[in-house]
Amino acid sequence: MDNETRLGLYKTMVLSRSFEEAILRDYHADKKPVWDIGAGLIPGEMHLSAGQEPVAAGVCAHLTSDDAISSTHRPHHFAIAHGMDLRLLASEIFGRETGLGKGRGGHMHLFDPTIHFSCSGIVAEGYPSALGVAFAFQRQGKDSVAIAVTGEGGANQGAFHESLNLAALWKLPVVFVIEDNDWAISVPRDASTAIRSNAVRATSYGMRGVRIQDNSVEGVWDAAKTAIEKARAGEGPSLIEVHTVRLWGHFEGDAQAYRNDLDSLIDPIPAYANQLESDGVLSPEMVESIAQDAKSRVEDAFDFAKSSPLPSAAEVERYVFA
Amino acid sequence: MVLTGTQSESITARKLTTAKAMVEAISQEMERDPSIFVMGEDVGSYGGIFSSTAGLLEKFGPQRILDTPISETAFMGLATGAAVEGMRPIVELMFVDFFGVCMDQIYNHMAKIHYESGGNVKVPLVLMTAVGGGYSDGAQHSQCLWGIFAHLPGMKVVVPSNPYDAKGLMISAIRDDNPVIYMFHKGVMGLPWMAKNPHSLGPVPEKPYEVPIGRAAIVRTGNDLTIVTLSMAVHHALDAAEELTKQGIDSEIIDLRSLVPLDREAVLESVAKTGRLLVVDEDYQSFGLTGEITAVVAEKDPRLLKAPVSRLAIPDIPIPYSRTLEYAVLPTAERIVAAAKRVMA
Repeated sequence: MDNETRLGLYKTMVLSRSFEEAILRDYHADKKPVWDIGAGLIPGEMHLSAGQEPVAAGVCAHLTSDDAISSTHRPHHFAIAHGMDLRLLASEIFGRETGLGKGRGGHMHLFDPTIHFSCSGIVAEGYPSALGVAFAFQRQGKDSVAIAVTGEGGANQGAFHESLNLAALWKLPVVFVIEDNDWAISVPRDASTAIRSNAVRATSYGMRGVRIQDNSVEGVWDAAKTAIEKARAGEGPSLIEVHTVRLWGHFEGDAQAYRNDLDSLIDPIPAYANQLESDGVLSPEMVESIAQDAKSRVEDAFDFAKSSPLPSAAEVERYVFA
Repeated sequence: MVLTGTQSESITARKLTTAKAMVEAISQEMERDPSIFVMGEDVGSYGGIFSSTAGLLEKFGPQRILDTPISETAFMGLATGAAVEGMRPIVELMFVDFFGVCMDQIYNHMAKIHYESGGNVKVPLVLMTAVGGGYSDGAQHSQCLWGIFAHLPGMKVVVPSNPYDAKGLMISAIRDDNPVIYMFHKGVMGLPWMAKNPHSLGPVPEKPYEVPIGRAAIVRTGNDLTIVTLSMAVHHALDAAEELTKQGIDSEIIDLRSLVPLDREAVLESVAKTGRLLVVDEDYQSFGLTGEITAVVAEKDPRLLKAPVSRLAIPDIPIPYSRTLEYAVLPTAERIVAAAKRVMA
């Protein structure tokens, strides 16, 4: 892997983290002194992806805006890694008329047709639509691929299993991604899943499956390269499971009393920075300038969002039907 | 004026069954638009369990007529994803009763994406599905359930009662940029393996035409009583009207044809004329279509009514298997006559 690619992976992860740190700040800023999930500039549930950036960065490095992503209730890292306009993303999260969905969607319902991005708030139910996107690409004679994302909890849903079978049967250009962050909200993987690796399930549906055990962005990049090239070449779907980490709560406000692993978590971003520094690819000065660059892009997006108008209540019935 | 005639508009002598009218609509649209494809269980060489796709595989081949595995969640979602990317899927849910295994894909995804995207994403697809009982198929294969689909926002819902409307509504549904739930009653399809129903055969023009979604049809004019109904029960109501005429009651019958959008004006105009309302439905009674139609009048002006509204629907019990039991709950002509007389009393 060349240095430019490695730096690119790092920058993508930093941008995503920077965006979510800004959400963290603004989300909690006006929910005091009495916590009210529906109050403040960013109301509602908020699922942040900190720790899972290697999955999105490693996969999306192989994509163009002609490729599709069907993400989850925890979608920001994939949205950002796939190149979503940060202003439109932030505005939707702030519920503004300038947002991707004009304030009708929210952070779990992001739709950006310019980069073929969608997500679903229902666990594993984003998988089936990825099949349809891939089906359309196939029928339209394109070499584009669709990435379908779920968590290890979602791999126990019927939608997951139906989708793997149908995608393999019809040789659809899909790459299934499982973000195994060990926790389905509060239920640990060993209490939800009878097998250690979902790569086994891929094999049972007639496709190649790999499990990446160490949340390594380069490991994801390698696996995704193979899977995406295969899909583009018309050789059908593959599955990549990544053992990643959820650094923060399931949602903001989650006290995580159920968690016994908080002291042993490894943040993949400083870990990758250390690796790149020891390989001579990154310097402390570069770390600082990359962080500053990300921060200024994020603050621009947040300023845009906060200064944008809220949707008009008089228009609440718009967009039910085309 | 809501008098949008159905069969009466047609001057052709050619008659088709409802099933053949549907197939003709799909076929003509597929010839016009290569982005249309058909997908579902047994829609290929079988031609659809209720003949809704008969002959299409031979004509269009397996790239456009696709048998699926028994994986409704996967293929409903596939239809949505393909529609988002510019195709126009027609997807069959073999029985509407099966919605329970895939409803998340329908009401949380295909129906909501347009709104959640602020209008930036369109989902042009047709979900066609068989409804209705009367042939002892039991509690899991005899329901209508259109009230559920009409209750949930984001889907248009159409329910043809005859071959002419079946073709025109199918063409309109395919051309619509929204998800359209197209619900066909097994009893009006004209299937050779069900009791012969004279209403399943009717005149159908050969050329493509649209029946507008959201417009009811007055299928019989009358002055004493308005009967609002849809689907198979339209024919039961027409039979009942014959009997009622003999008893000196002149009934007007409205075939709703669409539940979403609902032609409220047609209901109100007729009730303003007759002053009496009977709503007949083959779906369950509580929290359903009969209550909704009643509310249309109550909210506009209850003084239009000279007598209390009457509702005839499936009582709130599962559809029974045994024929004597099933026909005790279906909205048959006999039961409609009895209900109409109660309104007139």
